[in-house]
Amino acid sequence: MHHTIDVEHLSFRYPNRPAVLDDISFHIEAGERIALVGPNGAGKSTLMLHLNGILRAESGVIRLCGMELGDATLRAVRRAVGLVFQNPDDQLFSPTVFDDVAFGPIYQGCSPEEIRNRVRNALAAVHMETYIHRVSHHLSVGEKKRIAIATVLSMNPEILVLDEPTAGLDPQARRNFIRLLAELNQTMLVATHDLAFVKETCARTIILDSGRLAADGPTGKILADGNLLARHGLLSD
Amino acid sequence: MLLHDLKSVWMRHRPLWMGFGLTGVWLATTAMHIPDGFLSLVVALIFWALAILAIGYALSRVRGELKERQVPMMGILAAVIFAGQMLNFSVAGGTSGHLLGAALAAILIGPWPAVLIMTCVVSVQALIFQDGGLLALGANLFNMAVVGVFVAWGIYRLIRKITPDTRWSKLLAGFLAAWASIEIASLVAAIQLALSGTSPANVAIPAMAGIHAIIGLGEGLITIGALAFLMAVRPGLLDDKSAPGESRLVWIGGLAAAILLAVLSPLASAHPDGLEWVAEQTGFLDAAQGPAYEIIPDYVLPGISNEAAATILAGVVGVGIVLAAAWLVTRIRKSSAAG
Amino acid sequence: MHAHPFDPYVPTASPVHALDPRIKLALVLSFLLGVALTPHGAWAALILFFASLMAAVVLSGISPWRILRRSLIGLPFALAAFPLLFTTAGAEWFSFHAGSWTITATGEGLRRFLSIALKSWISVQAALLLSAATPFPDLLLALRAFRVPQLLVSVIGLMWRYLFVLADEAIRLMRARDARSGIEPGRRPGGGVIWRARVAGGMAGSLFVRGFDRADRVYAAMLARGYDGETRALPAPPVAPVQYAVLAAGCVWLALLILIGILVH
Repeated sequence: MHHTIDVEHLSFRYPNRPAVLDDISFHIEAGERIALVGPNGAGKSTLMLHLNGILRAESGVIRLCGMELGDATLRAVRRAVGLVFQNPDDQLFSPTVFDDVAFGPIYQGCSPEEIRNRVRNALAAVHMETYIHRVSHHLSVGEKKRIAIATVLSMNPEILVLDEPTAGLDPQARRNFIRLLAELNQTMLVATHDLAFVKETCARTIILDSGRLAADGPTGKILADGNLLARHGLLSD
Repeated sequence: MLLHDLKSVWMRHRPLWMGFGLTGVWLATTAMHIPDGFLSLVVALIFWALAILAIGYALSRVRGELKERQVPMMGILAAVIFAGQMLNFSVAGGTSGHLLGAALAAILIGPWPAVLIMTCVVSVQALIFQDGGLLALGANLFNMAVVGVFVAWGIYRLIRKITPDTRWSKLLAGFLAAWASIEIASLVAAIQLALSGTSPANVAIPAMAGIHAIIGLGEGLITIGALAFLMAVRPGLLDDKSAPGESRLVWIGGLAAAILLAVLSPLASAHPDGLEWVAEQTGFLDAAQGPAYEIIPDYVLPGISNEAAATILAGVVGVGIVLAAAWLVTRIRKSSAAG
Repeated sequence: MHAHPFDPYVPTASPVHALDPRIKLALVLSFLLGVALTPHGAWAALILFFASLMAAVVLSGISPWRILRRSLIGLPFALAAFPLLFTTAGAEWFSFHAGSWTITATGEGLRRFLSIALKSWISVQAALLLSAATPFPDLLLALRAFRVPQLLVSVIGLMWRYLFVLADEAIRLMRARDARSGIEPGRRPGGGVIWRARVAGGMAGSLFVRGFDRADRVYAAMLARGYDGETRALPAPPVAPVQYAVLAAGCVWLALLILIGILVH
């Protein structure tokens, strides 16, 4: 049951507001790469915050790597699921790259030696070894996005949940970043508006609209269905 | 009697006042961050101790009161206040008003976290931007992070209590809290300078009070602007921030400190002898240096009995050392660059 | 458009940069203490303090002009001590009349005023050298070593990180204001002082709103990586013995200067 995501009948609303997520169910196998697409305000970010236990479901069950999300499993779930936020300035909150990548392992209670190893390995995985002592605010957006991935890789996650990973990158940086994501072998759920990226990277696509699951199937089939895309505001013309 | 005192201060020192109008314009640019060199060591250390006590207590309060969100919240609000201090607006004659932020911080997240936020802001200003000295940091923390916050909190709570709960009550309370936080903090700074024997009380207190009465207006107006904006966008932010129970003690304490300082400062200014006596006792280490002279009674450098000659010699040696060091280091850097 | 120019750190490779930040902070504080302990009028000692500092500046590879230029920021405050010229008791230096008043400057007053100004000027240069030769994260390490509570160090670290982000936002807000207020060259922006202050206040308010929102997102990002409300950090690496030797040598030298200050006076 490792590296899997199970969501059953998940619903969520903020107090006194209409439902943001309404009876969502899906299952993701180990090693799958899944795109989560949908218009702004569809509930994509809310769903992702559930997968790490930051928001708690109103009803329904979430199982990550076979563990049902609850108070008892919260720490283990946060260790297993690496959640990368859209804005790298929110993800990178420490003064230096080292401090940021070391943050997760420190809270996992690793030994200092282990922490240094993990930081080195995580930075190597995103090809940013030489940035270890750099100061975060001096980095470019592309560099920040890579370090942001490293901040969760250092926790040795089984699942990566990425919010808009290609947003704000210039074409060259976007190309390099897509190549980097292809190198990683974790199960991956990616919320994005970048359909070209979806086509290239993800075999399966889920469409979320107004808090409901609108479609779930092979990327090729879904992206070929112009009517479906138009209905959910995913076509630019 | 108070009015009479103020008037007599004004009459007696009119020429000085005029002369120091210029001082005022200059001081306005540095606000009230006291640099190193202006406080006697004793005064600096006393206020370090007071600041550490107050901040330590604030730390224990915040640890108990707030939940785990406190660290990101305080860190980012400290950055907001720091960045907010860059938002200046022109007043007149090339001077500009800008924000200190103690009042806004206290109103928006309550007095204890505000003490910690201002502590971080003022410390980094000293450590990184040399806005205020490092030895003088204790005094600056005491003035801006402790006095500024608690005076603002006291005034804000008082006005909110005695006026109906309306938009205008909040704005008025914010304005007066901001103005008073600047004014009273500057009075404490003036007293510290007087206690150090750096600036005579009968000049420092009226000068600082006068200038900061005007700077405080800018602080008050910006605070009103910020509060009006927040009321329109996020009214929830202005809800009551005090913890139940002991909150009264805190704001009444702040208020009492404000009133005490507001009343005592003009008195001290009219009768500067008291502060100057303290300054004589503590301010100058001249007093403590007496024994050193007696140990070495007749000469100041071994083998040189003439004081003037010794001074000149030391000066020559000093200049020689500068030149030698500069030369040596330049040589080393050159050869290491070449090698 | 980034607010980096106000990061005062000057990255060069020098022995001063290589010094352990904890030792550096201790040395600078000892230096400031030494200057403070030097009596007024001990010119020889003050010159020696200045000389030692300039030697360190040259050693650091940072342009002395940069330090000297920036050290002028504290100068206006010296005016606070200016009245000492006239209020200190001592032998008359000069006097002048203002109306019915006679104002007398004394030699003793001049000595005090100049001493305060000089001590302040030397002190600010020491602080400038510290921030120019020490990256901010190293200063955080030094603060921890000086027993500043971890909670405050974490808050300062976050503040430093987001200071740059928010300063960019503040600059954008001011630029947007200026773009819309149609300033003509040589004329002040429209509206009265009160209106301008309220506009600035509105911008401060919007910075606060953005700040609160960002704090929520950063908190979520911290939670996602296991944050539990405790502030933790890796243990600091030990200070090398040779660094302690530098500290000891520095302190002996400073003690010597203080002694000179007290004796040659």
